Amino acid sequence: MTLTVSDLTIARGGVPVLEGLNLTLAPGQALVIRGPNGIGKTTLLRTIAGLQPAVSGSVQGAEETIAYAGHSDGLKPTLTVTENLTFWASVFGLGSIQPALDAFDLNELAARHAGNLSAGQKRRLGLARLLVTGRPIWVLDEPTVSLDTRAVQMFADAVRAHLGQGGSAMIATHIDLGLEAQVLDVGPFRAKLPALDDFDGGFL
Amino acid sequence: MIALLTRDLRLALRAGGGFGLGLAFFLILTVLVPFSVGPQSALLAVIAPGVLWLGALLACLLSLDRLLALDWEDGTLDLLATAPLPLESVVTIKALAHWLTTGLPLVLVAPVLGILLNLPTPGYVWLVVSLLVGTPALSVIGTFGAALTVGLKRGGLLLSLLVLPMYVPTLIFGAEVARRGAEGMATSTPLLLLAGITAAVIALLPFASAAVLRVNLR
Repeated sequence: MTLTVSDLTIARGGVPVLEGLNLTLAPGQALVIRGPNGIGKTTLLRTIAGLQPAVSGSVQGAEETIAYAGHSDGLKPTLTVTENLTFWASVFGLGSIQPALDAFDLNELAARHAGNLSAGQKRRLGLARLLVTGRPIWVLDEPTVSLDTRAVQMFADAVRAHLGQGGSAMIATHIDLGLEAQVLDVGPFRAKLPALDDFDGGFL
Repeated sequence: MIALLTRDLRLALRAGGGFGLGLAFFLILTVLVPFSVGPQSALLAVIAPGVLWLGALLACLLSLDRLLALDWEDGTLDLLATAPLPLESVVTIKALAHWLTTGLPLVLVAPVLGILLNLPTPGYVWLVVSLLVGTPALSVIGTFGAALTVGLKRGGLLLSLLVLPMYVPTLIFGAEVARRGAEGMATSTPLLLLAGITAAVIALLPFASAAVLRVNLR
């Protein structure tokens, strides 16, 4: 499934942040998104994931194909690691969570409550969720925050395995994951449009 | 969908889930009413259906602010919005889970609390029937209110202000069924209206809740 973004303009809080953005993401490809703070990387990823509408332009191939991982991991502190993962696996209709536990070295933590995990362990659990979605396109926003070098390696291996199976990934990150990835610096696409002044601009 | 329901029920029953909060509130409220009204059993018998309905309604309100806010805070709503489940069914399941953990227990303890308020004997059946038919509407309307206020800090108070006026029709007809039942009068008209409100709310409001949730997630 190829993701095609054409002439995309996106806004946050009624202010356009990026404009004229074109990109394609073919199966097996990884795309690393770079740019200074506040340039609109998160807004771009949320728009592609379908969480907010674009001001103009289009995103094709994103219907029911995207697994999104944002700044928060969506974990329930009173559920165990297994219960958290099993929930997402059944929402996405997949059976086994074992590969996900193995990939992020969570087997020893399986019976622990997510609230008792460290920040890095929580993030590993949040990333393990991607493996139980079975979705071909991963859209990841700063996935390596609070991970140690070993966990970053685990994550890079998981992405590599995902790409090897014909998946693709779009990652906003500033660290080098050692992946064969294209790098897109969104800095040149900074929007020059004025703020949206329509009535509901603040809601867009 | 069943996974979401079982997860919500499990969360409600675990530490800090808030199960029993509404029940305890309902109990305390009905214990306090005779203290404030005084020991006049005839007066208590007259006001019992209305007080029990009001108590159940306020107890329902108590747990609404956690209904979607917790899922919004930890990012679960974002992930659910990108999952294969339509948001309409997500909010319906959330309302159902709220009813199962708040509304249904209230229905079940209401007859016991009726004794505290000297509810007339014919009223018990109608109290339970009216609550059983009316409380699902409270949960569904409450879910709509929760969706409206989901991104707001301290949205709980605003939620109450938004939701309480919408509870008025359900309260009027629900308390009317219980009152008429307690006085031995015919109850079919208010009961049908109560059921009509509940059916309409269940059929229509999930679409509105999902729509405002989409706006609030941006």
